[in-house]
Amino acid sequence: MLKVEDINVYYGSIHAIKGVSFEVHQGEIVTLIGANGAGKSTILHTVSGLLHSKTGSISFLDQDLAGIPAHKIVSKGMAHVPEGRRVFLQMTVEENLEMGAFTRPGGEVSASIADVYERFPRLKERRKQIAGTLSGGEQQMLAMGRALMSKPKLLMLDEPSMGLSPILVQQIFDIIQELHKAGTTILLVEQNAQMALSVADRAYVLESGKIVLSGTGAELAESDEIKKAYLGG
Amino acid sequence: MLTFLNHFINGISLGSIYAIIALGYTMVYGIAKMLNFAHGDVIMVGAYVCFFAVSAFNLPPVLGLLAAIVLCTLLGIIIERLAYKPLRQATSLAVLITAIGVSYFLQNAAQLLWTSNPKIFPDFFGGIAIKMFDGQLIITLGTLVTIAACIIIMIALTVFTGQTKMGKAMRACSEDKGAAQLMGINVNATISTTFAIGSALAAVAGVLLCSAYPSLVPTTGSMPGIKAFTAAVFGGIGSIPGALLGGILLGVIEIFAGAYISTQLSNAIVFLVLIIVLLVKPTGLLGKQIREKV
Repeated sequence: MLKVEDINVYYGSIHAIKGVSFEVHQGEIVTLIGANGAGKSTILHTVSGLLHSKTGSISFLDQDLAGIPAHKIVSKGMAHVPEGRRVFLQMTVEENLEMGAFTRPGGEVSASIADVYERFPRLKERRKQIAGTLSGGEQQMLAMGRALMSKPKLLMLDEPSMGLSPILVQQIFDIIQELHKAGTTILLVEQNAQMALSVADRAYVLESGKIVLSGTGAELAESDEIKKAYLGG
Repeated sequence: MLTFLNHFINGISLGSIYAIIALGYTMVYGIAKMLNFAHGDVIMVGAYVCFFAVSAFNLPPVLGLLAAIVLCTLLGIIIERLAYKPLRQATSLAVLITAIGVSYFLQNAAQLLWTSNPKIFPDFFGGIAIKMFDGQLIITLGTLVTIAACIIIMIALTVFTGQTKMGKAMRACSEDKGAAQLMGINVNATISTTFAIGSALAAVAGVLLCSAYPSLVPTTGSMPGIKAFTAAVFGGIGSIPGALLGGILLGVIEIFAGAYISTQLSNAIVFLVLIIVLLVKPTGLLGKQIREKV
């Protein structure tokens, strides 16, 4: 479904991503794990077109994404929940959801909003509130709900557990699995390697801009290197 | 008392013009996060276009205004595309200096095209006025039209940014351009639209301004531009009601200061008030300061 081949991304003179290749197949949960600064978010930004690779190619549903501007990628069926949620803090919950459906015809929006409210009842209670007044967990739900408004085939989540309490993290991961069961393919970027590996079909480990390990979620969760580096022994 | 009322009405009228200009400043600032110092000079271009449409082509004033709106809208889009868009990733200082450059470019181009001899702007309102109390209280048609235009523009912009899809997309861009792109919003097109709207407003302001103060020269837009910028900051830059409030207050203060204190010092007093307001409330009167939970 998503095929990333040999991408190299630079921030000025800093070589942030060094020849990364990976694939996400239809119906999978794939996770990219790695320490802070390993380049996980940079990869997602490159896939969704906010950053550009100097080499290689990215194709989605057999279509090359080279030269397609970021705002045209959403309508191809890919949604990206960025790190730090980045909901529109001065807009209401409902307006945030409307923005998520920006590329879809107006007539379909209210049905999708109802779907999101069914999945996240908290958002319905707060629909007229300004997003800046929501708690961290609610903002994460809003960010996910907003991404779902585009009816994505591939959902990319960047650090959805960041800054949340263990109960909320569990809730968010339950929702990720529900979405997966409902047929959404998921690319998950996480620092919380244990949680990510427990739900992932396959995983890639990223270190200073390179993929150093890959395998099934279960394999990596058992791997000694991973245990030492990320799972605390 | 009647003199006071007369001054007050004049102040609101002048303030309405400042408010219309300030709305353009504030919208562009809100979305592009830049101070478009050439905005005042677009006003001047609008006034010239209307002047020539009416005096050289004998068009009725309404068509003159329409011509000014169309050409200024195009001018705004072209300025953005040629001067500001290439600097999207540059520092804000580089953009600011470019805007000052565009401002001087427009003034000098106008001087070259139309010379610096003042053009006397025609009186579209034919001196029609409501006179009350034996002619001691005068409200001109121009004043009424100016105030009405300001109110209509203000309401239209509020509805546009609050209710329409494009308007909401503008607010999304003003907060977070990256996230807006992830929603499928074309940020460049949105910024272009904002410049188009701001420049159309500048054209309206130019025609109203020269109807009230008929001497038209290439630097006509400069001082009102700076004052409207002041009004936008005064009211809280980025805020639409703030621009309205700031503009009206600035106009009233300027007229009162000129009438009761000193004509020479009226500008100084206007800016003094701005400094005091910013010392007490740095975000301006209606500036946004949202408390965010993390």
